[in-house]
Amino acid sequence: MASGVKPRVKVPKSASAGEAVEIKTLISHQMESGQRKDSDGNTIPRSIINRFTCEFNGEMVIDIEMLPAISTNPYFQFEATVPETGTFAFTWYDDDGSVYEDSKEISVA
Amino acid sequence: MEFTRRDTLGLALGAAALTVLPYRVHAAGEEAIQAFTGGAELKEGGVQLTAPEIAENGNTVPIEVSAPGASAIMVLALGNPTPGVATFNFGPLAASQAASTRIRLAGTQDVVAIAKLEDGSFAKASSTVKVTIGGCGG
Repeated sequence: MASGVKPRVKVPKSASAGEAVEIKTLISHQMESGQRKDSDGNTIPRSIINRFTCEFNGEMVIDIEMLPAISTNPYFQFEATVPETGTFAFTWYDDDGSVYEDSKEISVA
Repeated sequence: MEFTRRDTLGLALGAAALTVLPYRVHAAGEEAIQAFTGGAELKEGGVQLTAPEIAENGNTVPIEVSAPGASAIMVLALGNPTPGVATFNFGPLAASQAASTRIRLAGTQDVVAIAKLEDGSFAKASSTVKVTIGGCGG
């Protein structure tokens, strides 16, 4: 499912240097597990987001490999260290080759 | 109803097969663990897995994993048709080696988290979750 995919990310607007900030991400996606059957009894093929990464100014924060046991509309919550003003880049990789991206600025006072 | 010698043997074999079956289900999980740890010994402690005791809906079960100093944490649901759930790899800017997400569980089962710690050793934690409605669409 490549339509109607909408990433949503919550990051604080500012932080002090070296502070740990909490990041919440949610992306609307069906995450078809490949286990379900349609009304005719045919297996619905797997179609999920298989990887999610979060980087800050090019440095890795978290890299998650996802398998079909991740729920519909995958949600992740984690903490990142913010050494300086910069941008968080979030990337989701779909089974069908699509890549969904979002980014958030954060300023260090 | 009388049991002949043949019936009794048949029953015994059936019972034996039933007790062996769950291990076969776990085989895929064992393989995944083997692939992640390379056969290293798993110790208890050092990793925390927070999961509800009872999940009403197996489609979205909130879990949280945490392992201070770990470079990666793998989560497995041993009772699912495919046991793998997710692998969290923490980069240099991760403030804490912890993350939470929502997972699918096919039924009541053990959820296992295995962390690769700083010193290269592996730690394991598991938690049993009772699932009222399974999350695999049967």
